[in-house]
Amino acid sequence: MEQILIVGSGPAGYTAAIYAGRAGYEPLVVAGSVTAGGNLVNTTEVENFPGFPDGVLGPELMERMAAQAKRFGAKVLHDDVTSVSLAGPVKTVRTLGGARFEAAALIVATGASYKVLGLASEQRLSGKGVSYCATCDGFFFRGKEIVVVGGGDSAMEEAVFLTRFASKVTVVHRRGELRASRIMAERAMAHPQIEFAWHSTVQEILGETKVEGVVLADTRDGATRRLDASGVFVAIGHSPNSELFAGQLKLDADGYVLVLGPPSPDEPVAARHQATSQPGVFACGDVVDRTYRQAITAAGSGAQAALDAQEYLERVAADAALAAATI
Amino acid sequence: MSGLNAVTDATFEAEVLQSAKPVLVDFWAPWCHPCRQLTPIVEQLAEENSEAMKFVAINTDENPIIAGQAGIVSIPTLNVYQDGQLVKSIVGGKPKALLAAELAEFIG
Repeated sequence: MEQILIVGSGPAGYTAAIYAGRAGYEPLVVAGSVTAGGNLVNTTEVENFPGFPDGVLGPELMERMAAQAKRFGAKVLHDDVTSVSLAGPVKTVRTLGGARFEAAALIVATGASYKVLGLASEQRLSGKGVSYCATCDGFFFRGKEIVVVGGGDSAMEEAVFLTRFASKVTVVHRRGELRASRIMAERAMAHPQIEFAWHSTVQEILGETKVEGVVLADTRDGATRRLDASGVFVAIGHSPNSELFAGQLKLDADGYVLVLGPPSPDEPVAARHQATSQPGVFACGDVVDRTYRQAITAAGSGAQAALDAQEYLERVAADAALAAATI
Repeated sequence: MSGLNAVTDATFEAEVLQSAKPVLVDFWAPWCHPCRQLTPIVEQLAEENSEAMKFVAINTDENPIIAGQAGIVSIPTLNVYQDGQLVKSIVGGKPKALLAAELAEFIG
């Protein structure tokens, strides 16, 4: 049986693994077969992770975290969890590859996945011009016109990145102002190759076998117009990967795993911040975070989850020792 | 990079389109991180199914003609060709078991 099993391998999962590893628990990280490293592996330059004054590439940052976790004894398995059983003192995890693991404590660090627009035409043209990863697919749009959907940091980063290839990038955003941080918004708005379609939503993506354009609807008066484009990059946010835990952990209405969080000023008790509704199960990173969603905050909560798990295991061991001594 | 046999713009016709066996072509590029995660899975499938199917890889950076003709706009893409025809296209990374299920008609 494992002492600590970690599901997920983004900044939260690997930071939890580094802490649990240094504490001597030899944690098992079920990293995912094609999702290992989490969302950062699909980004380019990460400019806001402390300690990298010149920036660091997302995939490189994740490889460094994985190497650091392994250095301290973490075991990394490239497989995908298909089911978990969390009640009771022994947690069970099953994988698509057919493995079954037991663990005394489980850390959930499954992150979040990109949201889709929810259009039939989007699904039909996915991989045929509709993309969710500019760094993966931007290369194929050299000299083409592209639409980026979204108004947050991810959308601005994709828009700026895509200007390396595209002749023109149009950012489609449903409001009249961006949600993105000031530095990212200014960078995009100052860019000569980037235009903005404000107050607009994508009503349909046009094309039979490849993307030929989009139909935009004005959110104020419903008026529609056609915009020609060869690529549509969707960056409208993420939703938490918590389906595995539904019915076993308390989730909020949007599916985020609920954790105890910091104590309120009214109740200043020494709470374990990353504890879920299930004893011995802790959660961290984007799967619990609807507010910050940064690599560094995910890493921070991963450290907390590992420390919480250690405290739990020490308490369980102390209780068992006490019970044995009393008999 | 990839342990699969490489095909190129020049060899695609002979290696893929004229193959007697069905051929899975892994379209990848060195800068594509999801490709790097998928390739080891394809390599495992190749080792286990070399009798039934041929597995090759093509670097889309170095072979833009075939990538363009195949209409590749997203990688990784796995295309299956049988008797010179494209018969299946799988876009994006998938775990091994799901990939094997998608290829069941070729690898049994």
